Amino acid sequence: MPEQRALHEPFHQPARQREADRLGMIVFLASEAMLFGGLFAAAMALRLLHPVEYVAASGHLKLWLGTANTAILLTSSLMAAVAVEAARSGSPRLAGWSLGSAIILALLFLGIKGYEYLGEYREGLVPGLANAHFGTRTQQLFMNFYFVSTGLHGVHVMVGIGLLGVSALSRAAREDRAAVLIGNAALYWHLVDIIWLFLYPTLYLPGVS
Amino acid sequence: MIRLVLVSAALMLLLAVTVVAAHLPLGPAKPWIAYGIAFAKATLILWFFMEMRSEGATARLAMVAAGVWLLMMLTLTAADYLTRSWIGG
Repeated sequence: MPEQRALHEPFHQPARQREADRLGMIVFLASEAMLFGGLFAAAMALRLLHPVEYVAASGHLKLWLGTANTAILLTSSLMAAVAVEAARSGSPRLAGWSLGSAIILALLFLGIKGYEYLGEYREGLVPGLANAHFGTRTQQLFMNFYFVSTGLHGVHVMVGIGLLGVSALSRAAREDRAAVLIGNAALYWHLVDIIWLFLYPTLYLPGVS
Repeated sequence: MIRLVLVSAALMLLLAVTVVAAHLPLGPAKPWIAYGIAFAKATLILWFFMEMRSEGATARLAMVAAGVWLLMMLTLTAADYLTRSWIGG
C-alpha cells in the first residue's frame, strides 16, 4: 500500500504517523464505549433487580423496527468499509458513492427511529409527558433508559452522518490513497454500529416470547 | 472487497439467528445467546471493518483495554446486585 500522504511534525516516518493517527481515534472510541458502558450497566442493574417486569416492559417495543434498523446500520457499516477500500485502491468515485449510500442508510435509520418514537408517544410510553402511563415503575425506568440510550445513540448517528458527509464532499479525502479522513470517519461509524448491536439485545430482544 | 461482502453476509446471518433464537423457548439461556451473538457481530466488525486484523499491537491493546474495563465495570456491578439477597437485604 503506497503511503502518499505528507509527513507532519513531529513524525519522521509515514508508518509511525499512521499508527499515531489510528491509535488516537481508537482511544477516543474506547472512551465512547465507556460512556455507553455506564448506560448498559444501569440497564443490567434494572434487569437483575426486576427480571420479570424488565422483560414485560421490553415487550412494548416494536421488535421488527429494531431488527430493520440493525440490518440498516450493518449495511451502512459495510458501505463505509467499502469506501475505505475504494479510496485506498484509487477509486474516488466508488468511495464517494459508498459514503453516499452509508449516509442514506443512516438517514433511513433515523427516520425509522423517529417513526418508532411517534408510536411510543401515541401509546403513552414517553416518560414525563401528560399522556404517559406505565404498568410498573420498572417499565417507567425501562422507558427512561430506552429514550436516554437510543437518544444518545441517535446523536452519535447524526455526528456520524456529519463525518461521513464531510468525507464524501471532500475531493482531497476521496483521492487520499491513505484514506486518513475516510478511514477515521468509518472507524467512528463502525463504533456507532457496534453500540447499536448491544442496544438491540438490551432493549428489543428480552420482550420476545 | 469480496471479503467485506462475505463478512456482511455473516453479520446478516447472525442477525437472523438472533431473531429466531429470541422466539425459541430457551429460558434463562436467552440473554446469554442474545449477547453472545451481539459479541460475535461486534468481533467481526472490529476485526474486519475496523481493520484490527492488520493493526499493530498498540492499537489492539487500546481496543482490548476498553473491553477489559467494561468487563470489570459490568462484572462488579452484577456481583453487587446478584449477591444482595444473600444477606437478606
